[in-house]
Amino acid sequence: MSTVTQTADEVILSKPEGRFKQFWKKFLKRKAAVVSLIFILLMIGVAVFAPIFLKYQVQAADYNNMLAGPSMKHFWGTDEFGRDVFTRLMVGTRLSLFSALISVVIGTVIGVILGVLAGYYGGIFDSIVMRCCDILFAFPDILLAIAIVAILGPGIINVIIAVAVFTVPSFARIMRSATLEAKEEPYVEVARSIGCSPRRVLWKHVFPETVQSLIVNFTMRIGTAILASSSLSFLGFGANVTEPDWGAMLSQGRNYLNSAPHMVICPGLLIFLTVLAFNLLGDGLRDTLDPKIK
Amino acid sequence: MGEKVLEVEHLRTEFKQEKKKYVTAINDVSFTLNEGEIVGLVGESGCGKSVTSLSIMRLLGDTSGRVTQGKILFKGQDVLSLSNKQMRNLRGGRMSMIFQDPMSSLNPVTRIETQMMETLLLHRTKDKAQARRMAAEMLKKVGIPDVETTLRSYPHQLSGGMCQRVMIAMSMSCDPQLLIADEPTTALDVTIQAQILELMKKLQREEKTTILLITHDLGVVAQMCSRVLVMYAGRIVEEAPVHELFYNHRHPYTQGLIDCIPKIGSGVRRLPSIRGSVPDLALMPAGCKFAPRCPFASDECRKNEPELLPYEGDPTHLVRCFRTKEVLS
Repeated sequence: MSTVTQTADEVILSKPEGRFKQFWKKFLKRKAAVVSLIFILLMIGVAVFAPIFLKYQVQAADYNNMLAGPSMKHFWGTDEFGRDVFTRLMVGTRLSLFSALISVVIGTVIGVILGVLAGYYGGIFDSIVMRCCDILFAFPDILLAIAIVAILGPGIINVIIAVAVFTVPSFARIMRSATLEAKEEPYVEVARSIGCSPRRVLWKHVFPETVQSLIVNFTMRIGTAILASSSLSFLGFGANVTEPDWGAMLSQGRNYLNSAPHMVICPGLLIFLTVLAFNLLGDGLRDTLDPKIK
Repeated sequence: MGEKVLEVEHLRTEFKQEKKKYVTAINDVSFTLNEGEIVGLVGESGCGKSVTSLSIMRLLGDTSGRVTQGKILFKGQDVLSLSNKQMRNLRGGRMSMIFQDPMSSLNPVTRIETQMMETLLLHRTKDKAQARRMAAEMLKKVGIPDVETTLRSYPHQLSGGMCQRVMIAMSMSCDPQLLIADEPTTALDVTIQAQILELMKKLQREEKTTILLITHDLGVVAQMCSRVLVMYAGRIVEEAPVHELFYNHRHPYTQGLIDCIPKIGSGVRRLPSIRGSVPDLALMPAGCKFAPRCPFASDECRKNEPELLPYEGDPTHLVRCFRTKEVLS
């Protein structure tokens, strides 16, 4: 008997680290995800602090230097009004990143609430929510967003709403299935057997189990949202063309594709890298959070 | 014996299978638990043991099952007529439950202290510091050596035996009058099993808790219980004091169960088993539910279902069989 308790003791003493520390150790092994995370943090830093460090004003035109290629003076060249492309892209980070972030947060909150409630309570509510999701799923994401913006009118706020709307159904469905799985766990029954109310069981015992799907999907969705809002701006549904928005800049640059290709390459590359970083980070998080993958 | 803690009368629980089609999982189950006794509930897998316990705790809610008939009286109070809120106050407080698999019965993402305090905060006290002190005290009672480390750890850092100790501590922390233990030692290895049973017995003596011990292990029953209920196909087929059950059982199913225990020195090479398996709930035979597997079955057994009646006028020994005379002879 004493040996049994002793080994149990050793188990406790040998593993003093918490779940987060274990998670972090596992995460650091995924090199692509780590690089992506650093890139994303850098972009967030740029979004917050860019205006303090930049040499040029966003709207400062320099008519002696129109459509100039990359040089020491203008890192990534200038546009048709002689405005510094690098400056505009860096300032544009704020608009692109935060509009994507806000839209995904809104979509996630609504999607999670609907999905978790549908999965936990089931019944008619579940059927209604899922059928509505099916309807939204029937349209391709971008088409749906264009339709919404077409109804609401162009503008950055409406783009945020449009992206949020097409984020909702995928979240609702993922969270529903995660909830269905979690609510069958024995400890959920235990929670019920100690006298927890259904609401308490749901938010304290079922919901935390679904958080890992939430984190992964959230990260991946930001990439999609950046792409979507840039596409909408490119098509002229989003931000005003004079705003330093990535999609809008790409759209403007298209007119000068022959004489000044940097106007397309630079914003395009930035969009590509940012979306890629979010997707790789999402992949890395999924692998790290999955207990089946060591 | 003391006063009655739990009286179950003619309980019938049905499960919805398809549209408007119900199957009866347990039928006409009646028994009484007195204060301070440990009663065993034995039977094969799928014979309705767990459904009985879930019906008593009213935890069927999330399945498609519901109680359609009968009464469950807890300390004279009808459990089935309580509101959900009153029922929640009862669960975990005066009536608690231990489940089969201790490792998955604890929430993997919260620390032991949070889970133990949750029960106490729901039923005993509003003060977190006090709840934590009570949780620590309870862990000490169940024989956990390093209480502080255990409180701070997560379930995956503990062994199965430790987890079951924590579960027992949790379920006993509000001094319940009734503890339903649903196969508490099935998932543990034999050495730990003995420790856990000993612990439950000790706590039961100290706190005078009534325990309904659900198991399919007759060895556990012999060690722990004063009375035994044998269930088959959703019915109680025999009820007797533990000694009587082992030496003077009168139902062929009970005999089958006892024959299945290997005996040292009996010289039998091949272990006997009960032929066949528990009938499908939707395809129950007409007469005695055990008749198709019973070596003593007669035509009467196949036509009519016997009642649960006292054997030779003994009110403590009830049998549901027409052919009690043939069994054991």
